[in-house]
Amino acid sequence: MATKTQNPKAWLFVLPVVALVAFNALIPLMTVVNYSVQETFGDNVFFWEGVKWFEQVLHSERFHASLLRQLMFTSIILTIEVPLGVAIALSMPKKGVGVSVCLVLMALPLLIPWNVVGAMWNIFALPDIGLLGRMINGLGIDYNFTQQPGAAWFTTVMMDVWHWTSLVVLLAYAGLRSIPDAYYQAAKIDGATPWAVFRFIQLPKMKRVLTIAILLRFMDSFMIYTEPFVLTGGGPGNTTTFLSIDLVKIALGQFDLGPAAAMSLIYFLIVLLLCWIFYTLMMRHEAQ
Amino acid sequence: MSEISLRELRHSYLETPQTDADWALKKMSVDWSEGGAYALLGPSGCGKTTLLNIISGLLTPTEGEVWFGDRNVTDIPPDQRNIAQVFQFPVVYDTMTVYENLCFPLRNRGIPAADVDRKVREIATMLDLDEMLPRRASGLTADGKQKISLGRGLVRSDVNVIMFDEPLTVIDPHLKWVLRSKLKELHQRIGTTMIYVTHDQTEALTFADQVVVMHEGTVVQIGTPVDLFERPRHTFVGHFIGSPGMNVLPCEIENGTPFFAGRPVPVGHSIAYRDGTERLEIGVRPEFISFAADGIPVEIVKVSDAGRYSIVDARHGAHVIKLLVPEGESLPADGAHIHFDPGHTQVYADGWMVN
Repeated sequence: MATKTQNPKAWLFVLPVVALVAFNALIPLMTVVNYSVQETFGDNVFFWEGVKWFEQVLHSERFHASLLRQLMFTSIILTIEVPLGVAIALSMPKKGVGVSVCLVLMALPLLIPWNVVGAMWNIFALPDIGLLGRMINGLGIDYNFTQQPGAAWFTTVMMDVWHWTSLVVLLAYAGLRSIPDAYYQAAKIDGATPWAVFRFIQLPKMKRVLTIAILLRFMDSFMIYTEPFVLTGGGPGNTTTFLSIDLVKIALGQFDLGPAAAMSLIYFLIVLLLCWIFYTLMMRHEAQ
Repeated sequence: MSEISLRELRHSYLETPQTDADWALKKMSVDWSEGGAYALLGPSGCGKTTLLNIISGLLTPTEGEVWFGDRNVTDIPPDQRNIAQVFQFPVVYDTMTVYENLCFPLRNRGIPAADVDRKVREIATMLDLDEMLPRRASGLTADGKQKISLGRGLVRSDVNVIMFDEPLTVIDPHLKWVLRSKLKELHQRIGTTMIYVTHDQTEALTFADQVVVMHEGTVVQIGTPVDLFERPRHTFVGHFIGSPGMNVLPCEIENGTPFFAGRPVPVGHSIAYRDGTERLEIGVRPEFISFAADGIPVEIVKVSDAGRYSIVDARHGAHVIKLLVPEGESLPADGAHIHFDPGHTQVYADGWMVN
C-alpha cells in the first residue's frame, strides 16, 4: 500500500466550506439545541430544563398523531408517484419532437412555486367555484375539502401527485434512455415478453435513478409544509396537520419555543434515521 | 434449418430516398446455403450490420423479400424467425445469474426444464463457463459477459441461422483466437448456418468457408478465401483483402491486350475491346510480381522487411508498384525490371473485373 501524502496546508482550503456550513447549518442548529433544553418567559431569561421537553414531546399524543399522519401521507404519495412516474416514462416517445414536448410538459409543475401550487389547488378544488370541486359535485359525489377529512386528504394527495410525479418521470426517463438498443434487440431475439423486458432490462437499469427518486420524494414529502398549509391549513380540524405544520403551530402559534425546539430535533433525527436505513438497504441490495 | 435467400433487397434509413447515396443497402439478391459458415466482411459503415438486422428481422427492408426456405419471412418479427444473434457489445441480464441468462432464450420458448438444464450445461462447458454458472452476471468482466452473450446465441439447437455481429471486438487477443476456433469447431459439430460479421480479414478468412465482401452497400464478391485472393472481382476486394493489397494500375486495351505505360501486359485470356468511356485498370497482387531480366523498368524506392519476405516499393513513372520478394533473395541493382504473372493479372473496367 502506498503511503498517503500528508499536507497540513490542505486544511486551509477546507476552511471556507467549514465556515459556510457553520453559519448556515451548525450555528442555527445549535440555537435550536439551546432552546430545546431551556424554558423562557421572554426578556431573554432562560431556565435550565434538561430533557423535559424531549420527554414531553415523545409522550405527546398530538405528536404521535402528526407523525402517524406524516407517515401515512408519505407512504401514500410514494405508492402512487413511483409506479405512475415509471409508467409515464415508459410511455413517453423515444425520439422526434414529441420528446421535447413531453419533457417541457413534465417539467412545468416542477417550476411552479410551492405556495402557488397550494393556492392553485385551493381554488381548483373549491366546491362552489373550483373546476374540480364543481365537477366532482356535479357527478353526484358530495365533496368539500374544507369540511370533509377524506376530501381534504384526497385533494392534498392529488396536489402532491400533480406537483411531483414529474420528478420521478424525468429521472426514470433518463434511466430508460441510457439503455443501449442492443438490449432491446437481444431481448426480441431471445423471445422475451414485454413484461420480461421491463422486469429484466428496464427495471434493473432504472434502479439507481429510482433509488434517488424515492429518496428525494421521501425526504421532500416528509418535510412538506407550504402546499398543504396553503391548501387546507392543516384542517379540517387537525386531519391534515403534518409534522411541519404542527411544529409551526407550536413554535409560532403558541410560542412554546422549548417543546418546538425539542420536536424539531426529534423530527430531524427521524428524517435522518429513515434516510440512513433506506440508503443502507438500497446499497446492500446493490452490492449483492 | 433452411436456406436463406434475399430477393431484390434494398434498404434506406430515410423516408424518401432520392439519390443512390441515400440507400444504405443497394439492390442485391444473395442466397445463403444451409449449413454454411459465412463471413460478412467490409469496412465500417458499408452496411454489414444493416444486412444482418434485415436477416434477423430487427429491420424491415424498404424493398425486397427475405425467404427462409419456402417461407417468406419479410414481415415476421425476430422472435418468430427462429434465429440467434450475438451483438458487438455484450448484452447480459444483470439481475440474473449466468445460468439464468443462458436459460432465458429457452425458457421464453417453453422448453421443458430438463432439456433446458442439459443444453445450458453443455454450452457452459464449451465456453468454459461452468464455474461461473451460479454467479451473478453483472459482476463479470467484458470477456465473461460476451461469452454469456455468445452462449445465449448458441444454446438453442434448432435455429435457422446464428449471426455474430463483430462479437469479439471486446475480447482480449489471445482469447479471441480461442473463441473463434470454438465457433468454428461448433459449426462443424452442429452444422447450423452461421454468419459472422467482421471488418477484420484474418477473422473472416479463418472462420468462413464463404466470404461475402461488402462495399458501400453493395455485395462486391462472394467466394472462398482462395477466390478472393486469386481472383478478386472488384478492385475493392483486391485492396481490402491481402496485406499489402493488390496493385491497381491504369491501362489501355488494344487488340485484346492491355497496355500499361506503353508496354503490353500479358494476361491469361484475351480481353474484348471495351468502350473508351470506362475507367480501365489492371490489378495484380504483390505476390504475383517478380523481378525479371526484362519487362517494365522500375526504380526501387523502399524495402520493408516483413519476416519471411520483404515488401518492395518499386516506382515506374508516377506509379508505385508493390511486390513481395522471398527472404534471402537478393534485389537487382540498377536497371531493375518487373514481370506480372499472366495467370494472376486481371483487367478491371470501372472497378469490376472483365472476364
